[in-house]
Amino acid sequence: MKNDLIILPSAQPSFFKSMGSDIINTKTSSNEPVIESEVITNNQEITSVKKSEKKEYQILVKNVNVFYSEFQALKDINMEVSPKSITAFIGPSGCGKSTFLRTLNRMNDYIDSFKIKGDIFINGKNIYNEKIILEQLRKDVGMVFQKPNPFPKSILENAIYGLRIQGIKDKSFLAERAEDSLKQVGLWDEVKDNLKKSALALSGGQQQRLCIARTLAVEPEIILMDEPTSALDPISTGRIEELIFELKKNYTIVIVTHNMQQASRISDNTAFFYLGELVEQGKTNDIFTNPKYKRTENYITGRFG
Amino acid sequence: MNKIRINRLKDKGFSVLGMVSTLFGLILLGVLFGDIIIEGVQRINWDFLTNLPSRKPEKSGIFTAMMGSVWILLLTTIISFPIGVAAAVYLEEYATKGRLSRILEINISNLAGVPSIIYGLLGLEVFARLMGLGPSVLAGSLTLSLLILPIIIVATRESIKAVPSSIRDASFALGASKWQTTYFQVLPASFGGILTGVILALSRAVGEAAPLIVVGALAYVPFAPKTPMDEFSVMPIQIFNWISRPQHGFIVNASAAIIVLLVITFAMNGVAMYLRSRWQKRIKW
Repeated sequence: MKNDLIILPSAQPSFFKSMGSDIINTKTSSNEPVIESEVITNNQEITSVKKSEKKEYQILVKNVNVFYSEFQALKDINMEVSPKSITAFIGPSGCGKSTFLRTLNRMNDYIDSFKIKGDIFINGKNIYNEKIILEQLRKDVGMVFQKPNPFPKSILENAIYGLRIQGIKDKSFLAERAEDSLKQVGLWDEVKDNLKKSALALSGGQQQRLCIARTLAVEPEIILMDEPTSALDPISTGRIEELIFELKKNYTIVIVTHNMQQASRISDNTAFFYLGELVEQGKTNDIFTNPKYKRTENYITGRFG
Repeated sequence: MNKIRINRLKDKGFSVLGMVSTLFGLILLGVLFGDIIIEGVQRINWDFLTNLPSRKPEKSGIFTAMMGSVWILLLTTIISFPIGVAAAVYLEEYATKGRLSRILEINISNLAGVPSIIYGLLGLEVFARLMGLGPSVLAGSLTLSLLILPIIIVATRESIKAVPSSIRDASFALGASKWQTTYFQVLPASFGGILTGVILALSRAVGEAAPLIVVGALAYVPFAPKTPMDEFSVMPIQIFNWISRPQHGFIVNASAAIIVLLVITFAMNGVAMYLRSRWQKRIKW
């Protein structure tokens, strides 16, 4: 993924850059003109966003630029995500959507060459502030990955790992929470007699649901999903999609997907990324039925990417 | 002859050559073993294992040397295991990958190739003299720890590297700190490999004579060491000592001691292989 990011645009940087800035300009003038253009023209006042504006959105992204050493992976991203909604990120490989997703819980911090400019507010707090405690942020903003990655431990241990590391030792509480979260993902009936079995013995779809259960067990507010079904068969994918839809009642979900149908089926809002630019965002219905930009239309209809 | 037949002949030729190369070392080793076993096996009995060294070959045993080796092995493990693993974890999980870590990396690999006698001189100067430990078990163990630390660090890093980063991601994403991720996920998943590396390093340490001779492990020590500050001898030194004597009886003793030493190293390597296979079976990504 990271490699893709670096290889793709460096092929013709200047060409793409000029193209990119065109997109941004047209976007700000036509798409959500009032708020967006204000934010962009008042660059200096970005850090002092009004309290009310910060509170309204669960996630508020202001002029985010991301660099890997010299290479700019994300260019001037602005976005708002309302509570208890599903937002889908779409775009071709290497367009920066996964990178952007991972900036939302600061998972990119472990990449030495990673640099970010701009601000991301979650529940009104700037998460790139020095005072932010990473462990607390990750507890509030959970993440599910592309390939199911259960720990090589028992199913039960997987489900309660997030609580264990918080120092919770109360056995009955842990068991209760494990049962709750496994029930939420519909895995309980399948595994309740085998909780001590290794999680690696489960099927891919079960593993991914276990990974979601493990995330739910720490009670996050936001769940980030990085192509959670791309390694699964259609039936497992269907189950996970139903589950995501179900989870919307209680959680804010941001999902990266390569599957157009998936994005249109489950998401409320869609954002289309291309070469590090956020080309277009809006209601999923609008994006899929009436995209503003040719590039979006081409991607959605499968003419490129 | 056509091309295909020439190629097939080349193929055959190489397979024969390869087999000879493979067997070359093994056959020589086999001859050596046979020779030693014929010479020494009848000398191995309970008395040989429990007797103190003596001027008469038929009365001397390897008890002091064996206990010296056991002491050295224990202390070396206690010293080198935590330091080596901690260093490897730091380099692999914590240190930012920059020029400094690359320099450290290259130097550690270089250290693994430094002749053991150099470590002996270092141990003599620093541990025996500067720190005033004298020719004690502790000074010897510290010296051998230095000798095997690079091996442990390299082996540990390799097995830490083999842990997929998706496991670290999963742990971090649930709110785990770096240390929690290392302790609960990375170390357990790589422990088989780490243990294998440590045991192989230790089985090298148990066969070392040169650095310990320099540090001052005496060839003749009348009693087994009782504290880390006691003087000591180890089996390779005892073997060297016996072999350099003129009487035939001591040559027989040396052969018998070699058998014992080989059994110990083979057993250690066997344990290492067992652990590796067991851990590999338990964890499949």
